[in-house]
Amino acid sequence: MGVQGIGASARRKEDKRFITGQGKYTDDMVLPRMGFAAFVRSPHAHAKILGIDASAALDMPGVDSVLTGDQMIADEIGNLICGWMINSKDGSPMNMGAWRALEPETARYVGQAVAVVIADTQAQAKDAADAVVVDYEELPSVINAVAALQDGAPQLHPEASRNLIFDWEIGEKDATDAAFASAANVIKLDLTNNRLVPNPMEPRAALAEYNSAEEHFTLYTTSQNPHVARLVLSAFYNVAPEHKLRVIAPDVGGGFGSKIYIYPEEMVALWASKRTGRPVKWLCDRTEAFLTDAHGRDHHSHAELAVDADNRITGFRVSTIANIGAYMSLFSSCVPTYLYATLLSGQYDIPNIYCDVKAVYTNTTPVDAYRGAGRPEATYLVERMMETAAGELGISPADFRRKNFVRTFPHQTPVIMCYDAGDYDATLDAALKGIDYDGFPARKAEAARRGKLRGIGLSCYIEACGIAPSQAVGSLGAGVGLWESAEVRVNPIGTIEVLTGSHSHGQGHETTFAQLISERFGLDMDNVSIVHGDTDKVQFGMGTYGSRSGAVGMSAIVKALDKVEAKAKKIAAHLMEASDEDIQIEGGELKVVGTDKKLSFTEVALAAYTAHNLPEGMEPGLKEGAFYDPTNFTFPAGTYACEVEIDPDTGKTEIVRFVAADDFGKIINPMIVEGQVHGGLTQGIGQALLENAIYDDNGQLLTASFMDYCMPRADDLPDYELTTHETLCPGNPLGMKGCGEAGAIGSPPAVINAICNAVGDNSISMPATAEKVWQACRAQTQMAAE
Amino acid sequence: MYDTTYHRAGSLQDAEAKFAAAEDAKFLAGGQTLLPTMKQRLAAPSDVIDLGKVPDLSGISEGDGSLVIGAVTTHYEVASSDVVKRLIPGLAALAAGIGDPAVRYRGTIGGSISNNDPAADYPAALVALGATINTNKRSLSAEDFFEGMFMTALEEDEIVTNVSFPVAEKSAYAKYPNPASRYAMAGVFVAKTSAGSRVAVTGAGSDGVFRVSEMESALDANWSPEAVAGISVPADDLLSDIHGSADYRANLVTVMAKRAVAAT
Repeated sequence: MGVQGIGASARRKEDKRFITGQGKYTDDMVLPRMGFAAFVRSPHAHAKILGIDASAALDMPGVDSVLTGDQMIADEIGNLICGWMINSKDGSPMNMGAWRALEPETARYVGQAVAVVIADTQAQAKDAADAVVVDYEELPSVINAVAALQDGAPQLHPEASRNLIFDWEIGEKDATDAAFASAANVIKLDLTNNRLVPNPMEPRAALAEYNSAEEHFTLYTTSQNPHVARLVLSAFYNVAPEHKLRVIAPDVGGGFGSKIYIYPEEMVALWASKRTGRPVKWLCDRTEAFLTDAHGRDHHSHAELAVDADNRITGFRVSTIANIGAYMSLFSSCVPTYLYATLLSGQYDIPNIYCDVKAVYTNTTPVDAYRGAGRPEATYLVERMMETAAGELGISPADFRRKNFVRTFPHQTPVIMCYDAGDYDATLDAALKGIDYDGFPARKAEAARRGKLRGIGLSCYIEACGIAPSQAVGSLGAGVGLWESAEVRVNPIGTIEVLTGSHSHGQGHETTFAQLISERFGLDMDNVSIVHGDTDKVQFGMGTYGSRSGAVGMSAIVKALDKVEAKAKKIAAHLMEASDEDIQIEGGELKVVGTDKKLSFTEVALAAYTAHNLPEGMEPGLKEGAFYDPTNFTFPAGTYACEVEIDPDTGKTEIVRFVAADDFGKIINPMIVEGQVHGGLTQGIGQALLENAIYDDNGQLLTASFMDYCMPRADDLPDYELTTHETLCPGNPLGMKGCGEAGAIGSPPAVINAICNAVGDNSISMPATAEKVWQACRAQTQMAAE
Repeated sequence: MYDTTYHRAGSLQDAEAKFAAAEDAKFLAGGQTLLPTMKQRLAAPSDVIDLGKVPDLSGISEGDGSLVIGAVTTHYEVASSDVVKRLIPGLAALAAGIGDPAVRYRGTIGGSISNNDPAADYPAALVALGATINTNKRSLSAEDFFEGMFMTALEEDEIVTNVSFPVAEKSAYAKYPNPASRYAMAGVFVAKTSAGSRVAVTGAGSDGVFRVSEMESALDANWSPEAVAGISVPADDLLSDIHGSADYRANLVTVMAKRAVAAT
């Protein structure tokens, strides 16, 4: 592939194996004597389990065993945990109900596992799971988080009175109230952020093996963070101590957050492999994925904005009810709190912000981080509010935003975040220019002549990536540190392996990370391998989520590279009888500046390993590791401009233009970044127009297949027009900010703002289905007629 | 999927014999509904009898004032047939819009109408064109054939052999797809044949395909989009679900009828 450094759109090294079907996913792993697991799941949203009769199932062909929660408790396997402690306003810790991997007493959502069958084949396991008879006593259920807080609502957990997990707050309430008391204008808005199902292309899977002689487990699984999985399985679930548990996340087909968490099924597979004395494989089917993968979003919010006579924002007040589902998933508590309310300042200088958040149990699938995690919810609220306020104040939405932009850095918001760098005017200007904002009235008039409603909408988003530093997140309740580690291993012939704690499940790390090394040493990309996803190979790592792999993961690699470079230079200087400072690395060679003396990188590497002639006291070898803990979050930001055309006869929205102007700081591989933005925008547009997890009143998920849950497809989408503007992040050595989630965070309000603008109705909610828009168009026509 | 026994029928007689010999058999044409249903463990036939290779069940031919399409002719073959495009262009256009390319290469006209999914496209065409459905036992008019949601006049062991359409003077189909499944939320086929103007609707009715006689009379008097623009079907008889209320579907029927007429 040649030498390809920072800024090169190198073709993805990993794609050849994916495209030719040579990727190795968990389902590709086959072990001798392995049995298959099939789960018996609750058909009820809320029911007491009176008894489980497995006798018929045990008599069926190929059935090894049927295991239940009681046996898990007897084996002292721990409950599932939530890894971030949140305290309520009154200082009390969150009210967490017990979540058992196999529930023995009360099922609390449709699809919850209550037993597992292990059999010789998957079909036999499924047949037998159908034959397990569970005696349920149905209980009343509650689906909507607002309803769950009402008096008399069905109660899920004895620990959480009125289904309230916590009532948390951030910001200064009195100061914010005072800002409202003296405001020239107050704008109010109620919004729902619709519940989403993540739907990565590869459903979850697990293959667990137990070696009784060694008392050692191996778990192949679809994880975004195998080391965290091992830590949690060891420290909290009591499956095995860390040195007796190897977790391998091989090729993984997408995650979007849903593969961060430890779920019941993977844990049960591990435990069952010991219990049955044979490897156990579990493959999630698509229906199970809809029912059991952690869902995203599901907020109900009321927001108020205080504005002075000069149209400057003086206060922002938000009250949010967050649906957590039936149990608290691993990071469910930090999503609607520290990943959400800390972004309520948006790109704006808002002196007073106050937000309270009530997290609520309901009889639905647990909700956790999904691409953006809290930040899309914040951005949707802020950017719908900006457009709403501009409309009510009678000024241009662009001007209103400009009036309130943060322009000096660092900027301390009233909600923890300290923005380090940015140029919000630049990305707004780029988006306005890209979409020809000034030409919009003419395009609207032209569309009207064709009977179409044209609208334009903006979204100026900011997000916080690379959650850090560890000490700070620890003080906010996180159960883990959020640093990253790397090891750079130079082989004797000068090829390089980089071991990283980041995990690639579609992001292209094998290419982007290799570009760092290629640039640093002038080596061919083919001489660099990226190793990840195996706790036996990689020292430790926190995995990939929150757009952290570049800003945090690559920073750790840079630190390790610095050490390797320093040692290589010392060796080269020694061999060429020069001083370290005079050694320069260029084109794969170490040269003595101002002379024609040089050694190839291979010669230096070989010298490090032959150790025949090293500087006095130097250890042989050329391998260095580093841990990197950032000093702050990073703050990607940008402006999205969306233009829609609506057919008032059917209500169908067509996105005719979508311009994205992003500031991701330093970009390593522009092609891969573009791909990330395309994917993010598509997920955001999916949320805005099409996707919605709908439960009926009895807690049955009505949208449990692609026949009913509408994923965005190519013909739903425009050609994206992308530009980037670079302000470097001062907090990490490369100046990177992250790009993985921006599209999903910034796009929903741009789309809804455009639709509201087209129809002339600010109440249109997500997803803006054709029927919803048609109803709004009809109401507008009727109002005009009256 | 539950275990099943697969048979390939060599002839109609062979298919009938295999069906009779099996405990709980199903005929398989393109398999675009049956196989996914089996994969989801929602159907468990003991035997599957594949009609795909039965001679005389496939192919498109022009008769005297008619178009005959064999039962296992794929949607792709109908969509790309010059004969269909010339004789009944609306039918070719309809077939070109069924599912996605993979479905169109496998799915068949006989399989689709035998399944009679209330949101399938073909029933609207067959009813609007006044097609005749020929089976191994008899001939049926389209209106007698389709009996309601997933219900047809077919007996258990009856096999559709071909569908015969009268050549149409005018024909067009317009559908508004369900955004998730891409099945019709409302699909309207308009046709003008020697029998007069006909309008048939799929996807919207709570009991499958239906005709809109008021639109038909209006088109007999004046074949133009304006003629149907003011006519709406009562919402009471329409489907209402998470994808669209009956009111919305009623609106779509009028809009799609207008667009179908405009396309002729």
